[in-house]
Amino acid sequence: MNTAIKNPKNTVESFELYAPKLATKEEFFVGGHRACQGCGEALAIRLMLKALGKDTVITNATGCMEVISSVYPTTAWRVPWIHVAFPNSASVGSGVEAGLTALRRKGKIADRRVKSVAIGGDGGTMDIGFQALSGAMERGHDMLYVCFDNEAYMNTGIQRSSGTPFLASTTTAPAGKVVPGNQVWKKNLPEIMVAHNLPYVATACQSYPIDFMNKVKKARKVKGPSYIHCFVTCPTGWRSPSETCIKLGRLALETGIFPLYEVEDGKYRLTVEVPEKRRPVQEYLKGQGRFRHLTPDQIRVIQERVDIEWETLMIKVRNSKSREELRAPRG
Amino acid sequence: MGKRVGMEVAIASAEAAALCKFDVAAVYPITPQSHVAEHLSDIVNDGRVDASFITVESEHSALSAAVGSSATGARTVTATSSQGLLFMSEILPIASALRLPIVMLIANRAVSGPINIWNDHSDIMPMRDTGWISFFAENGQEVVDMTIQAFRVGEDRRVMLPVNVNMDGFQLTHMVEPIIMPDQEEVDRFLPPYVPFATLHPDKVVSMGTLGMPEIYAEAQKSKDVALVNSIKVVREVWKEWEAQFGRKYEPIQSYRTEDAEIALMTMGSMGETAEIAVDELRKEGVKAGLLKIKLWRPFPFDELKKAVKGLKVLAVTDRACSFGGPGGPVFSEIRCALYDVAKRPKIVNYLIGLGGRDVQVENFMDMVRRAAKGKLSEPYEFYGVRG
Repeated sequence: MNTAIKNPKNTVESFELYAPKLATKEEFFVGGHRACQGCGEALAIRLMLKALGKDTVITNATGCMEVISSVYPTTAWRVPWIHVAFPNSASVGSGVEAGLTALRRKGKIADRRVKSVAIGGDGGTMDIGFQALSGAMERGHDMLYVCFDNEAYMNTGIQRSSGTPFLASTTTAPAGKVVPGNQVWKKNLPEIMVAHNLPYVATACQSYPIDFMNKVKKARKVKGPSYIHCFVTCPTGWRSPSETCIKLGRLALETGIFPLYEVEDGKYRLTVEVPEKRRPVQEYLKGQGRFRHLTPDQIRVIQERVDIEWETLMIKVRNSKSREELRAPRG
Repeated sequence: MGKRVGMEVAIASAEAAALCKFDVAAVYPITPQSHVAEHLSDIVNDGRVDASFITVESEHSALSAAVGSSATGARTVTATSSQGLLFMSEILPIASALRLPIVMLIANRAVSGPINIWNDHSDIMPMRDTGWISFFAENGQEVVDMTIQAFRVGEDRRVMLPVNVNMDGFQLTHMVEPIIMPDQEEVDRFLPPYVPFATLHPDKVVSMGTLGMPEIYAEAQKSKDVALVNSIKVVREVWKEWEAQFGRKYEPIQSYRTEDAEIALMTMGSMGETAEIAVDELRKEGVKAGLLKIKLWRPFPFDELKKAVKGLKVLAVTDRACSFGGPGGPVFSEIRCALYDVAKRPKIVNYLIGLGGRDVQVENFMDMVRRAAKGKLSEPYEFYGVRG
């Protein structure tokens, strides 16, 4: 533990000294938007843009972020931004990349790299935009896709998506008298992206801003497709107090529910250490209304699954090799 | 002044796009458009046009990628047909709302239920109200000319709208026709480089596709309508200029032997040429027959229509699609609506013909005219020659 955390006073005093080295003070996603209190996604987008910088074009899938940030005639975006529809931010973003590349090659625009970045929520990415994402990533566009996963269709009113965790109560998978919430386990989209042989895949969370921004910077540098799956808190949808936004992200990591890792050229690496003795999942679940109905037995089932998933990931972290390492020695 | 070639029309349409030096093509293959897709990629991969070809994974993504590309200021072309056009339908009104001058080549084909790959207009008709300019070509030459005109009209600062060029699947796309292919210098003279109004680039930051609340949504819709209505002036102007430069005349509604006609057929697309022969035959029999051919479907040419029907006693409108449970074919209902306020209007009847590639021959058109003349249609519309 560093000294700043031991002495909170130092944290504030050191901020001006250290923070500018870690993140630009320039804002590309500005205040005045209509996000809920404690919205992890709005915070994550702000951080993402600090890491991306001005030479960025954002394609935004329909969802909370588009709604809260772009009520005509206002906009919270200080980078070029386009919203077209719900299922297609990846394909629109691929068109943006193709357009910019062609125009730059033909000398019709300034000769410098502008990164196409497409974003969407878990519904827009994992469900309705899944095909467009797979296509855009497979085609090898020089673009970054960031999924902001708050684990349900929050914009339309907390309906279940394939990002919704097991047994969470949503408005289309409610904790009923017979069926206790969502009946299947969360889809592992980062793994599916790894299977696309992307040069760079990472998970991230708003509660680890430096880690997230470092990953965005890394992904930006990749000349080709990259994918970041950013876990974000939704107090409204999770029925959790606004002020626990950051805390819940940290608990998701410390329980092993949402580990932070990156997969570079096929090699897995944990980017944020998880305590040797992971916290019980109960600590993460208890602060959220969507899990309020869970019985001790159900929590045990979740704990077992998290343990298995964790081990599965650790095996990859320990044993995976990059394609470069696996390449047979020549001559 | 161009070169006369024998060329498959689908390939010729791609060649026409190449003459327009597109920057990006985003195309997903579908019969009978596939030769367009293949030839566009040939052109790009052979380096004949400096462009990016996006091998999208669906038509939905084809138009989405086209929107993204066009929004950066790139001259963008796409192409589709039938189910593909329907799959694009979510994005069609967004492309026009964003005022992006994308050009789409449509190989018109029947929509499924049952699946059928042959020609009719049931794909484009449900897309009528999406805010695109719609050209209908009658032959290969018109496909080539209209493709080049489409970029010019769509990109005009007074227009800034997407344009679709409709060519009948198989009947046109797969026919080898004699076509005068304009040369590059001529096209360069006709079509200036695209100067976009606003683009996605950090040098000038804009937000596109923002949320329209009820206080502004209606104004956005009205502005789209105003833009489309006003675009007809530019279409007329561009077609006049085309005629002056290339010597081929284009009109929103083309009349054939209607000067003294009492009864006229109306067609849209490739059937015009068959109907012309029917008119010639009827004339030999002493029937005062004529033909009206719609070339511009959106914006709808009200003035031209009113002028064209003057003196007609009967107008037999043919449709290649049905508005099920509605007033007949979509062209028919438009024509009747457009002429409602005209005091001396012809009697208007409607034949639904050539659905899903059903053959329509010269004799059929002659029969339609004869029956319409006798006022023998018992219903406001008739599925011509259809059993049951």
